[in-house]
Amino acid sequence: MSALTFTLKEQQPAQRVDMSPLVCQKLQGLDVDAISAIILQTGKSRLRVDDLFYITGKNTQEIIVAGSINKLDFIGKELDGGSISVQGDAGAYLGMQMKSGSITVSGDTGIYAACEMKNGLIQIDGDAGDFLGGALPGNKQGMKGGTVLVKGNVGQRAGDHMRRGQILIEGSAGDYCGSRMLAGTIAVMGSTGRYLGYAMRRGTLLLWNQPQLSATFNDCGSHTLAFLPILFASFKSFDSRFADSGAAFNRVQRYGGDMAETGRGEVLVRI
Amino acid sequence: MIINGVTIDKTFAEAFPMKATRAIITAQNEKWAMISAQAMTGFATSVIACGCEAGIERVLSPNETPDGRPGVAIMIYAMGGKGLAKQLETRAGQCVLTSPTSALFAGIEGGKPIPLGKNLRYFGDGFQIAKKIGGKRYWRVPVMDGEFLTEATTGMVDAVGGGNFLVLAESQPQALAACEAAIEEMRKIPNVIMPFPGGVVRSGSKVGSKYASLGASTNDAFCPTLKGVTKTDLSPEIESVMEIVIDGLSKEDIDKAMRVGIQAVCDLGAANGIKRISAGNYGGKLGPFHFHLQEIMA
Repeated sequence: MSALTFTLKEQQPAQRVDMSPLVCQKLQGLDVDAISAIILQTGKSRLRVDDLFYITGKNTQEIIVAGSINKLDFIGKELDGGSISVQGDAGAYLGMQMKSGSITVSGDTGIYAACEMKNGLIQIDGDAGDFLGGALPGNKQGMKGGTVLVKGNVGQRAGDHMRRGQILIEGSAGDYCGSRMLAGTIAVMGSTGRYLGYAMRRGTLLLWNQPQLSATFNDCGSHTLAFLPILFASFKSFDSRFADSGAAFNRVQRYGGDMAETGRGEVLVRI
Repeated sequence: MIINGVTIDKTFAEAFPMKATRAIITAQNEKWAMISAQAMTGFATSVIACGCEAGIERVLSPNETPDGRPGVAIMIYAMGGKGLAKQLETRAGQCVLTSPTSALFAGIEGGKPIPLGKNLRYFGDGFQIAKKIGGKRYWRVPVMDGEFLTEATTGMVDAVGGGNFLVLAESQPQALAACEAAIEEMRKIPNVIMPFPGGVVRSGSKVGSKYASLGASTNDAFCPTLKGVTKTDLSPEIESVMEIVIDGLSKEDIDKAMRVGIQAVCDLGAANGIKRISAGNYGGKLGPFHFHLQEIMA
């Protein structure tokens, strides 16, 4: 059975589109007519799915969004099993509160991708916006599990309020990476911006390059840590530079912080 | 049945259901992994007084261990799950956490999870760090030599304890040499341990005693010095009897271990003073697992 494919029509939406109804578990058992009739909110308007997309294929557990643009928000919201492949860019809130399954994006994503994600895998081949894996404004816990893999760069506040899970960034991260982090792991192969780990309570920021650290992070010395080989071994299945055996290391400089908070977090820098 | 001049008695070993778990200890090198494993499996020959039976299953090469360092697989057996969990935790805390460069991992996937490092983490006094990697939960506990890495839980499974056979020989050195040969072969079998010192026990017991406070006492029917004064099971030429006890994850595992062990003894044969192979049982009334020697060697 071929993948259920939503191809964006030539007449692109004028306003942002809420794509949250188009997730695998909500489409299961529906035929093309029923899927076509689903209503999507766009701006103040409500449009049928077939007003915006050509629909082909039948496998609701394997969804493709073809010709996607950055106005398509909430793709894969609360996804619970199955896969969504976004060909092009995605809007804001990609994979928000996702429970399981996988989402891949060939282009860039907007703000709040993977926010409050609970489990599963999100792979972004391009760049990700601010608040990747973060918490919605006013909420106290961001990403709670799963893996986010970004091949490009990420914006500011990646992992804000992150509670568990891992964010792997092949590129660079903006300011406030790991801010207010509660736990979990963020790995950055590129550079990091200012205020790294601002107010983080626990969690690990694993870096390939020496960051500009705040005064509230204290040097704990250089160490060989036994958990790192296990962590890197768990990356083997990813389509990523993180899976390369050459990327692995277990010798790091450890900085503890944020001492302005509980100081139980850590920044580990490859040496 | 006679193999190479050694009589295989028409009898059976009687074994009991137990609970078992396996843990993997790694260290900077095999020497220190083995030191930690020996400490963790020390004083664990019999549930009669040790609380559990434990032993080293085998040495693991770096590519067989979770952290890519040399390791040792150990197994612990106990009569119940609660007792097993307690033994595992106290032994891990005192013998592995304390051992230089060590790390501790689950050795059984599945089964009922029981705490491995789950509670040892409190030694970290709040500085411990949890990491969930690949669906498994690990604890990093800061210690004076760096960090103690431990998996939170390991699996507990149903198992079989008390498989055994007796080696009856014309002299004590010959009995011991035969048992050593047996143990060497039996250690190649996975999923089993021989918990007594060096795998061999020279003080096999019977149930009960003339002293009311004792639940077990010397197996006088197999004591060569008592041949003339008790209802003996020994012929005049037998001067020494030694026993090998086997705990295994399944009856089939113990079957295999007994087969290779008895075969190794028989390979030495009557020419080396080995006269009989027998086994310990309680009339078949106490343990549900019966290992009939002649069936195993058929």
